[in-house]
Amino acid sequence: MSNLEFILVTLLNGVTYGLLLFMLSSGLTLIFSMMGVLNFAHASFYMLGAYFAYQISTWVGFWPGLLVAPLLVGAIGALVERYGLRAAHRYGHVAELLFTFGLAFFMEEIVHLIWGRNSVDYRIPDELDGTLFTLFSTDFPIYKGFMMGISVAMLVALYVMLTRTRVGLIIQAALTKPDMVEALGHNVPRIFMLVFGGGSALAGLAGVIGGNAFVTEPGMAAAVGSIVFVVVVVGGLGSLGGAFVASILLGCIQTFSIAMTVSLSDIFALVGISLDKTPSISRLTITQLAPILPYLLMVAILIFRPRGLMGARES
Amino acid sequence: MKKAAFRLTLAASAVLVASTAMAQVKIAYIDPLSGFFANVGSGGLKGMNEAAEVLVNQKGGIMGQKLEFVGFDNKGSPQESLIQLKAATDQGIRFITQGNGSGAAGALIDAVNKWNARNPDKTVLFFNYAAVDPDLTNGKCSFWHFRFDANSDMKMEAITNYMTDDKKIKKVFIIGQDYAHGHQVAKATKAMLAKKRPDIKIVGDDLHPIGKVKDFAPYVAKIKASGADTVVTGNWGNDLSLLVKAAKDAGLKAKFYTYYAGGLGTPQAMGAAGEGKVLQLTEWHMNVPTKNTEKFALDFNKKYPGVYFYYYRVNNMVEMIAKAMNTAKSTDPKAVALALEDMRFPNETGEVWMRKSDHQAMQPLYISIFTKADGKTVKHDSEGTGYGWKTVASITQRDSQLPTTCIMERP
Amino acid sequence: MISTFFRRDRLLLWGGMLLVGILLPRFSSSGLMISLLCQIGIMMIFALSYNVLLGQTGLLSFGHAIYYGAGAFATMHLLNAIGKEGSVVHVALLPLGGGVAALLLGILLGWVTTKKAGTTFAMISLGIGEMVAASSLMFPVVFGGEAGVSGNRVIDKIGLFGVTFGPQVQVYYLIVAWVFVAAMGMFALTQTPLGRMANAVRDNPERAEFVGYNTQWVRYIMLVLSGFFAGIAGGLTALTYEIVTAETLNAYTSGAVLLMTFVGGIGFFYGPMIGAILIVIMQILVGGITHAWQLYFGLLFLFMVLRAPGGFASLIAIQRRLYAAGLFGRVAPWYLVSGIPGALMLVGLIGLIEMTYAALSDEEGEGAIATIKLLGEDYALNTFGPWLAAAAVTLAGYALLQLANRRLFREWNGALATLQGDND
Repeated sequence: MSNLEFILVTLLNGVTYGLLLFMLSSGLTLIFSMMGVLNFAHASFYMLGAYFAYQISTWVGFWPGLLVAPLLVGAIGALVERYGLRAAHRYGHVAELLFTFGLAFFMEEIVHLIWGRNSVDYRIPDELDGTLFTLFSTDFPIYKGFMMGISVAMLVALYVMLTRTRVGLIIQAALTKPDMVEALGHNVPRIFMLVFGGGSALAGLAGVIGGNAFVTEPGMAAAVGSIVFVVVVVGGLGSLGGAFVASILLGCIQTFSIAMTVSLSDIFALVGISLDKTPSISRLTITQLAPILPYLLMVAILIFRPRGLMGARES
Repeated sequence: MKKAAFRLTLAASAVLVASTAMAQVKIAYIDPLSGFFANVGSGGLKGMNEAAEVLVNQKGGIMGQKLEFVGFDNKGSPQESLIQLKAATDQGIRFITQGNGSGAAGALIDAVNKWNARNPDKTVLFFNYAAVDPDLTNGKCSFWHFRFDANSDMKMEAITNYMTDDKKIKKVFIIGQDYAHGHQVAKATKAMLAKKRPDIKIVGDDLHPIGKVKDFAPYVAKIKASGADTVVTGNWGNDLSLLVKAAKDAGLKAKFYTYYAGGLGTPQAMGAAGEGKVLQLTEWHMNVPTKNTEKFALDFNKKYPGVYFYYYRVNNMVEMIAKAMNTAKSTDPKAVALALEDMRFPNETGEVWMRKSDHQAMQPLYISIFTKADGKTVKHDSEGTGYGWKTVASITQRDSQLPTTCIMERP
Repeated sequence: MISTFFRRDRLLLWGGMLLVGILLPRFSSSGLMISLLCQIGIMMIFALSYNVLLGQTGLLSFGHAIYYGAGAFATMHLLNAIGKEGSVVHVALLPLGGGVAALLLGILLGWVTTKKAGTTFAMISLGIGEMVAASSLMFPVVFGGEAGVSGNRVIDKIGLFGVTFGPQVQVYYLIVAWVFVAAMGMFALTQTPLGRMANAVRDNPERAEFVGYNTQWVRYIMLVLSGFFAGIAGGLTALTYEIVTAETLNAYTSGAVLLMTFVGGIGFFYGPMIGAILIVIMQILVGGITHAWQLYFGLLFLFMVLRAPGGFASLIAIQRRLYAAGLFGRVAPWYLVSGIPGALMLVGLIGLIEMTYAALSDEEGEGAIATIKLLGEDYALNTFGPWLAAAAVTLAGYALLQLANRRLFREWNGALATLQGDND
């Protein structure tokens, strides 16, 4: 296997993962920028999407679930905004934050209640199980291609919706200047509900296609939740473009860091410092450091560039 | 019809009491019943209670008492295991069993030793059915701990002996979970291969966080880039099935030598892709001719759809515990421990011998390969996949033995 | 400050609480009871320390567990380091070492995290918390890898006056002592000029800045102090369980302390203590009976956020004010009137949840019919009967509660209006 093949395969894996992350974080960015609420329950909608799709797939198959599950999740999201978040809003931002935090906890318990604590057997449909193309000697599965296709289609649809429709323009305006939009007489609460529902539906869609690619289990929300926050913070407030760049960046960081066997002592050796006296630290490879890299990036961004990569304003 | 007695307290109105018709011998099952490895833990608990029911309770029980396993959810964590141990002792339970995770097993051995030293009148005995870190019956060995599974070094000894004869193996990649067990497997593989087949090159040695990786594609890309023709892994549960699934997706051609590919969802994840490529080392599989156990397994699989019988050693363990209690005519942990020591228990694959010096069970082992079920040598398929396990090597109880460095403190 | 602290009623309250803490094991010394009390004590310190941030300084942290964990690991390493040389007194003082370690960590990390308040602080605390938790598996020398670090708290078999810290009840008394000391320390902090300044920074940072206070500096010191007390709590867990693993400092622990503090009430000093008692009891006692305890807890939390954001402490405080104004008698009967249908609704709801758990659980194998036991009778769940009954009870309870609440709210609002009128 050549180096080129290895780099290309890893890049493909990274981009696939990054696109999935973007599907999750686009909704969160919209919600966070417009409403100022860091929605802790966002990843729970992702989990809910996966479980709904699993349930639907056991009744009528995968394809109806692809459409129905995100819509259901979106409807639940809208209801949560209308009857939960709006009530919590009276008590301020901290109460809103705590509400979404409690909601995440609660939704995980509901999943425990209905589907149990084990992972469920949510599978890739037979039509999508196979090899799409072979890159040199590595197979690229159809399903990964399908995931990329859905993500890109969603990306295009979102772009068209935001730039070509009236609602989209209002949302864009509300992203940066929510007070002004309200002053112009738009029904901002209804837009909030719409955005919250829409964002939840996107997370649900990510769950539908991510749940069977990985594992559908009650811990899946917590596992992806913090990474999605990192995307939003790194990308910057009010910037969908930033969220996109950050998603792809994080996807690639995660896959490439696994591929590196370089250890810290190797890196220091390059500049002529030998690190033999602290063996346990210097022997750490980049692969082992992989899990902390996203958080390191997030903290660095928050300290040195609080606006994020492409943020329009500071939080 | 079995009845589920669900106890619940309702705010002041309904007070519900569980009925206890028969005195019971309770064993606390401290394993993950929630989280990433819950499928492994809850499957194990079902197996234990089924074994207790069929192999012990229906045959007269323990001096007329019923044997029962009570689930305590340790969420896979050593710290939570100790909290659950406390909960079990608070309920007056004197026997515990655990298997998933050598970290938790090590913590439990420490805690049981301390507890027994401080509470000599309320001692606790630990039956380990699956935690395979060799240290637990060597450096860390304890009078209060019995292991019914072959340890990691014994398994690796058998696997590397088998690999020695396969001259096609040139490059080996080791991948494992980043904790005691994964480290031990990597260490043993390297040491044993260096001795037996110095020509084999270790082209990779990777550890990944346990129970955290959802997509193994990057790891598989790395294995592929290394040019390995063989992968050795001690992974279990979802960490193994996801690894095999990713290898299948990327079209990795290497052979997999595993400890745990035989159960708990991994055969389903492999499907046809595992044919002729995945090997496992176990004390039993469905196609080892064992009449009673075969029937037990088929009944179990029918009773719990979606859960497949996997732990033959648990059946051995349950019967050996019952036998020890019945011969000792006591359910006092110390008496039971003394009766278990040096026990030779004839089972359907030969004999299980509980060595007195380190409390490590010795039993026949099998290496098997994933093959299309044909109704003859591969009579049963695994997890409804159409593929089953075919024995390629069997190791006698005597051959599986390794020396121990245990210096046991006896009460 | 001294005079407010040593007011006679305060002294009585603190003394009474200490007495209760000491006497509790006399009533029930079962293993379960002692475990429960130990956990409550530890969580009281941890939740109080969290409230130094949230309640006093207005900093919402999602990563407070790193200080708790730092204290726990430091204590464990110290315990192993003193080995056989140490005495019982050393062991008793070890949590102080844990506190100091957490304090040092606070000095290091707090400088970064406290630059901003509000959402930025929440996010940075989350990021740093996740980073520390993720890196904990990378340094096995410090964190012991997946297996954690364990130790033996009995380093001196003879002990001092029979105290070896072998029996759990002896550790319980140690915890009581530490709870008392730490709670006094944190209460004293609320009375200091620094504590008052923190309140100002919480309520109106711009104005505090204008008056000449450096708000960042105030937040920084409060975070460091809060970390110190969290470290003491961590040290006590290390001694209680004799093992510390990376979970001690992960997001789950951070979330638990937040929930606990909030449900108890962040606006009152004793709020977090109520939260700790309530949640540990739910966790251990209710958790021992039903798998659904976390669901009940989630419901309770959401209810509190939406209906009583002041927590249980604020509910108690209002009753106290009503009582002091002699208005309690006016609303009390209506509590009862509302309480009965409320309890009815709760019973129906719990029944529904438990039946769902029972019906959907796969524990019993194919063909078995899930049943539920109520007052000694088994009811099969494959018929409509029990479901209809539970649903009817829930709905009836709900309807009656709405009816009763109308009157309760009228009385309640009347009483509050009188109360406020009196105050004006």
